[in-house]
Amino acid sequence: MSATETELRELSYLGAVNEALHQIMAEDPDVFCAGEDVGASGGVFGSFGGLQKKYGELRAVDTPISEQAIVGLGIGAAVAGLRPVVDLMFMDFIMVAMDQIANQAAKLKYMFGGKTSLPLTITTNAGAGLSAAAQHSQSLESMLAHVPGLKVVMPSNPYDAKGLLVASIRDDNPVIYAKTKTLFGTKGPCPEDLFEVPLGVANITRPGTDATIVTYGRMAGESLKAASILSSEGVDVEVIDLRTLQPMDSETIIASVKRTNRCVVVHEAVRFAGMGAEIAAQIQEEAFDYLDAPIGRVAAPFSPVPFSPVLEGAYVPDAKRIAEGVRAAVQRG
Amino acid sequence: MEITNEVLKDLHYRMIRIRFFEEAAGKLFENSEMPGFLHLYVGEEAVAAGVCAALRPDDQIGSTHRGHGHLVGKGGDLPKMMAELMGKADGYCNGKGGSMHICDLDLNMLGANGIVGAGAPIAVGAAFANKYRGNDTVAVVFFGDGAVNIGAFHEAANMAAALQLPAVFVCENNEYGEYTPRSKTMAIDDVVDRAAGYGMPGVIVDGMDSVAVYEATTQAVARARAGHGPSFIECKTYRYYNHHGVQIMGFKYRTDEEVDMWKTRDCIEGIERDMLAQGVMTQDEIDTIRAKVQADVDEAVEFGRNSPFPDVDTLMDDVYTVAGANS
Ligand SMILES: Cc1ncc(C[n+]2csc(CCOP(=O)(O)OP(=O)(O)O)c2C)c(N)n1
Ligand SMILES: [Mg+2]
Repeated sequence: MSATETELRELSYLGAVNEALHQIMAEDPDVFCAGEDVGASGGVFGSFGGLQKKYGELRAVDTPISEQAIVGLGIGAAVAGLRPVVDLMFMDFIMVAMDQIANQAAKLKYMFGGKTSLPLTITTNAGAGLSAAAQHSQSLESMLAHVPGLKVVMPSNPYDAKGLLVASIRDDNPVIYAKTKTLFGTKGPCPEDLFEVPLGVANITRPGTDATIVTYGRMAGESLKAASILSSEGVDVEVIDLRTLQPMDSETIIASVKRTNRCVVVHEAVRFAGMGAEIAAQIQEEAFDYLDAPIGRVAAPFSPVPFSPVLEGAYVPDAKRIAEGVRAAVQRG
Repeated sequence: MEITNEVLKDLHYRMIRIRFFEEAAGKLFENSEMPGFLHLYVGEEAVAAGVCAALRPDDQIGSTHRGHGHLVGKGGDLPKMMAELMGKADGYCNGKGGSMHICDLDLNMLGANGIVGAGAPIAVGAAFANKYRGNDTVAVVFFGDGAVNIGAFHEAANMAAALQLPAVFVCENNEYGEYTPRSKTMAIDDVVDRAAGYGMPGVIVDGMDSVAVYEATTQAVARARAGHGPSFIECKTYRYYNHHGVQIMGFKYRTDEEVDMWKTRDCIEGIERDMLAQGVMTQDEIDTIRAKVQADVDEAVEFGRNSPFPDVDTLMDDVYTVAGANS
């Protein structure tokens, strides 16, 4: 297949994830997947489809409903030299396994004086929008990004979904790779070869001059929609898709804000102590003199995710609210 | 144990109430009138009915993601349930919780739960409160065969036994956790084998037989009320529909023959057959009850349909309890 054909091929977000897993398992015999319903059924969302058929029960493992032991299995196997991918079906369930993630996986290398690396990938599924209510809809990335030793990845499109997963699995550190449930069916161009999108490198998905939106995950797409609304009003917005929250590409953020002088951070997670707080703090530390307006935040309000579609609709930020946030920043001073 | 005609009729009534409610919910779900995840209890009615019939109103029940049957079994208000499942303002949780969080604390139903195994420690906490207060109220913990593999469940069961709390652990063993058969996730044939490790008496009962469940629960509850601590009941049962939603889509994780085999042991058909044979009820009387319950369910559906969606201004209500404002 020629390079252009490769470029043009469209794949769904979930299809990209599945393809990455198939290809990396073919390449590296140390990679295995484990989690609830990961094996025979191919995962409740289908990410692991076909892996057990192709690679057997030892490389696509159906585990008991035991989140702590699932993560622990990954940690132990990684210390013993394998390269595990363990799955926690919903990001909310990360809380069930938080000791293994935050006290164990994140810290072993440091506590042991560097004696081990921990090539572990924890895949999970974040976000609201499915009326799945308060225990199946959370975006908990800032809690994870707060823990030294962890990396946190949140892809927003099929291309990144594949490339970031490959980079996550090849990384020698514990990485939380959080997909967004509402993006599963989204289609986009994605190369067929095995490739990496490096961790810690943001993507300027739309260059602009009047204001910078810093975002990731589902809100990356909503922000582009907001940018096109604003463009019809004569406001030229730059959109940065962070792709990785830890490590964070602060350089790209700061450079952009120094050019546009205005910034709004957008995420689906609740506003209080969300990633926006960290990003705004970094900007004022590094680019205070360049700012023409306070840094805005568009995020979910400080409540659990409601069940009713009407409430949930009001809860999750969308292009309209993002555009309002940018207007506030642009109209100022 | 002598089973009176009243008990049989009560069990039957609870089971058809659950069955008809669930069938209606399934239809609404397939019709896109019900959002979110729906875990139906159809097939397992004998468990909730048998347990709840053996309880007093003040006894608590802790529930699971498959919780509608528990609430209906405890006497839940069908219109409020239906409205909640449809995300409406008149629902049990004002549309905030939905299927996975439905609850009625007035009926001492401590809430469905979206986190597998998480209901167990909470119900054990209620059992502790009962012991603390010195009343003879008992807390029942419902959980699936999959849930016993969660750390929280294990911790709760051990704690209940160690503290000799008035609790009854009721396992709804339907042989699957989502799409994975139990044989893949456990190396024991019977879940009840775990009970010995906690130091609790445990029994296996036919979870398709509400009378058997009722008898076992009555004994376990009596033991707990008397201050002799928790027990474990494993109910062998089966869900007729998919893990979530109604029809199995995609990966076929169980055979039609298996489903059909369990349906031949249907709990409602079974009790109706027995009641007819023993002259407890006539076919006419059964038909009358069925028609009444169906009318109640239809009314609940209409109530749900007619209830408004919650006002967006309620979004931030009830995140915290506001001092002095007891809502
Ligand atoms: C902690 C946690 N892990 C995983 C899930 C996803 N999940 C929901 S129900 C379920 C299966 C539960 O099986 P079981 O306890 O046997 O109950 P059943 O559904 O068979 O009634 C799983 C894995 C969850 N909700 N919570
Ligand atoms: Mg089960």
